[in-house]
Amino acid sequence: MGRILIIAEHDGSTLNSSTSKCVSCAAGIENDGIDIVVFATSGAGIASQAAGLAGVAKVLHVDNEANANPLAAVIAPQVVAIAEPYSHILGPSTTFGKDLMPRVAALLGVGQVSDIMAVLGPYTFQRPVYAGEAIVTVEASADRKLVGTVRSASYKAAATGGSAAVEATSVDANLPTHSRYGELKAAASDRPDLQTASRVICGGRALGSKENFEMVFKLADKIGAAVGATRAAVDAGYVSNETQVGQTGKIIAPELYIAFGISGAIQHVTGIKDAGTIVAVNKDAEAPIFEIADIGLVADLFAVIPELESKLG
Amino acid sequence: MKKIMVGLKRVVDYNVRIRVKPDGSGVITDGVKMSINPFDEIALEEALRIKERGEAEEVIAVSIGPADAQQQLRTGLAMGADRAILVQTDKLVEPLDAARTLLKLIEKESPELVIVGKQAIDDDNGQTGAMLAALWDRPQGTCVSEVTFADGKATVTREVDSGLETIEVDLPAVLTADLRLNEPRYVKLPDIMKAKRKPLETVSLDDLGIALDPQLEIVKTDPPAQRQKGVMVEDVDGLISALKDKGLL
Ligand SMILES: Cc1cc2nc3c(=O)[nH]c(=O)nc-3n(C[C@H](O)[C@H](O)[C@H](O)COP(=O)(O)OP(=O)(O)OC[C@H]3O[C@@H](n4cnc5c(N)ncnc54)[C@H](O)[C@@H]3O)c2cc1C
Repeated sequence: MGRILIIAEHDGSTLNSSTSKCVSCAAGIENDGIDIVVFATSGAGIASQAAGLAGVAKVLHVDNEANANPLAAVIAPQVVAIAEPYSHILGPSTTFGKDLMPRVAALLGVGQVSDIMAVLGPYTFQRPVYAGEAIVTVEASADRKLVGTVRSASYKAAATGGSAAVEATSVDANLPTHSRYGELKAAASDRPDLQTASRVICGGRALGSKENFEMVFKLADKIGAAVGATRAAVDAGYVSNETQVGQTGKIIAPELYIAFGISGAIQHVTGIKDAGTIVAVNKDAEAPIFEIADIGLVADLFAVIPELESKLG
Repeated sequence: MKKIMVGLKRVVDYNVRIRVKPDGSGVITDGVKMSINPFDEIALEEALRIKERGEAEEVIAVSIGPADAQQQLRTGLAMGADRAILVQTDKLVEPLDAARTLLKLIEKESPELVIVGKQAIDDDNGQTGAMLAALWDRPQGTCVSEVTFADGKATVTREVDSGLETIEVDLPAVLTADLRLNEPRYVKLPDIMKAKRKPLETVSLDDLGIALDPQLEIVKTDPPAQRQKGVMVEDVDGLISALKDKGLL
């Protein structure tokens, strides 16, 4: 048995829920303690949020101006510098973790287990391949450090109420200057976050235009849902990239997911398989989305959405 | 830039319906259509566009895989790559070994830019690009949807969970292509003919001094859990009452 280190994801002030999912995953691995590390400019506040996650032993924060923004090339050597006592190093399978963790693994000279969806033993995991059309059980060697990313949708958030020790620490690592952060253009939105929302409404190519997509937003606002989209809808410019759900977008697990005008390509469906209830509205009775829908309605979305909106009023 | 190197992985075509072998030893790949990993095709397209803008002189397509991966390299040559290198092996090559192998080719070719797909649609690992950047001790720009070059630097737009992020990296660097970086061109018949005369070199892992070091044993492959069969409703009222029955409204 060894200790587990989790790399915290945050936006400079708030801990991302993906970190809590990593704690839940780590709790399933036999361990001598779960620690979290926060890389930030002044991470005490974020660290205290992490310290509240049940099951965490210790939270480290490494404060450095260079950590103002998440640059994998800058963070990875710092992770390596504190990696020694740990048998497992985990990060979330979000764009943050996907960027960082392979760089950490390579610097440590070890492979990585991506998208851990189940822990079968300390070195045995299940993960999806082929856009979730197959699940492999992989076994890593117990003689090496295990680096992995955690598929957030497979885990519930860890309980809160913990009181881990918080410790500021510094690391001795050569930080590269070859990579410089520019800016983040985030679509301002006061809607629920797609990755954590309990209700999600997704629209597909059939919406036909940015203007028509407003229908989806209106209905979502009515029932307090987050809005997602298929690649086709994003590519066509109806909605921005961060709404894409699927193999190459977000993997979500809301209690309720409603698809309007979505065919159900495997690359999309892999992102919604963990939803509690899947509802599909499509005018084609043969659309593959109906194979996985719990509730299906063969109808024209342009009639259904306004009717739903008025009847749910 | 003098050279851009692009990685092309041979994978099961994205339109093929994947079936798991009944004995759990993997997925059925015999007789199924194989293609260039879609993200790698986007990587190559970007390299070609950079060259066509006059910002690079040569595009080298490389693949690590079986002899049949020559087909994907030929497609890459037909798209417009100048030459191709196949590191031929029938073994399963994990991302870290792929990165070590690509690094050997980098040492030989000294490209200023390497572009690979952000993930391969077979194993969905999404590791090779960042691992290569780490081993090469160079910057990485992953999940790229836009890139421009000036003064030995690349300005990279990345698709991240919260929106679009820009970073600036010094060259040489490794980029990984995301879906919206570009739309790859179709190859035309004359290009396929022309590609037959372009150089395609085959080397072995031995030639490069690489001994594979597999670290993950694939114990078993299972089909995904099936969801229970659902119900069809007739109209919006039916939908609302079905949702109410489940306590969802
Ligand atoms: C490498 C790769 C990665 C990919 N990653 C993703 C990903 O992460 N996420 C993703 O979503 N896709 C992804 N895709 C794309 C995916 O394969 C599909 O092309 C895409 O999901 C289709 O989107 P869609 O369902 O909106 O459009 P379509 O497949 O065109 O479906 C539109 C549907 O709308 C229905 N329809 C039309 N009009 C109406 C109407 N008036 N009322 C009701 N229904 C109507 C039609 O019957 C049809 O079923 C990826 C593809 C590749 C190759």
